[in-house]
Amino acid sequence: MKRWTLWVPLALFLLFFVVAAYQLTQPKDEFIASTMIGQPLPEFDLRPASADRPGLTTNDLRDGKPRLLNVFASWCIPCIAEAPQLEALRRQGADITAVAIRDRPEDVARFLANYGNPYSKIGADDLSEVQLAIGSSGVPETFVIDGQGIIRHQHIGDIRASDVPMLMQKLAEAQ
Amino acid sequence: MIVVRNLMTLVAALLAAIATPVAAQDSLPPAPYAYNQLPDAAQEALAQDLMETLRCLKCQSQSIADSDAPMAGDMRHQVRTRIAAGEDPEAIRAWLVARYGDYVSYAPTVSETTWPLFAVPLLLILLGGIILWRRLRARA
Repeated sequence: MKRWTLWVPLALFLLFFVVAAYQLTQPKDEFIASTMIGQPLPEFDLRPASADRPGLTTNDLRDGKPRLLNVFASWCIPCIAEAPQLEALRRQGADITAVAIRDRPEDVARFLANYGNPYSKIGADDLSEVQLAIGSSGVPETFVIDGQGIIRHQHIGDIRASDVPMLMQKLAEAQ
Repeated sequence: MIVVRNLMTLVAALLAAIATPVAAQDSLPPAPYAYNQLPDAAQEALAQDLMETLRCLKCQSQSIADSDAPMAGDMRHQVRTRIAAGEDPEAIRAWLVARYGDYVSYAPTVSETTWPLFAVPLLLILLGGIILWRRLRARA
């Protein structure tokens, strides 16, 4: 047996060590992307989450017009941060529908009074059923739904000012 | 001085009592089957087995059976109501995997990306066996 073969186990161990050390220093991706992109929305019929906007059904989201579906909650702090961006999207012509997760009507009303109401329809998802059915794992998330009710894009986390043109682009692509 | 100290302590205690937590938390009560077992013990056992192998999406190192996150409660409610309706546990798992990918399930599966995890130990055992066999033969 040649001398160098003695070093093979050590080399393998060092290789393992370097790979493990490298991976440990890499930031972990906390986002869980929905695997429902390209799939139709589930059937749902949600009661209004707030008195001044109608509730949301699947039929509202397949009438030929692409829309944004914002998953939010009055108890969600990043949702406050994205409110101005949703307003900007609305002003640029986006129709924004929403699902309020585990929320009371009075809390939703207070949230909308404080931070603005860019929504045309808001359904109440009290048991996170719609959220689970579309593969959303938190609030806020924003989905682009095409005119046939097919999920085209998922934006995870709050919408930053730099995301607004991208979402308008995705809406245009969903025509 | 002591009076001031006492007063400050009292004020601090009062403030602490009325403070609202910064962490986001909803105000709805938990879903009906988030913390309640199914009346049928056999069905509850099926639900429990499944819930222990589904990952909580909010608190990613816990199963939904272990987590008090509201979303985990809603997932438990969904698992229990579906099992009560007669759905197969593996069908519920498949439904969730179709929405969140393999990530949502803790149950190990052999797939395109995970097969080395199963193959490498077998190869190492085989390699060890070959080395041992050659050593023993050389000694004999």
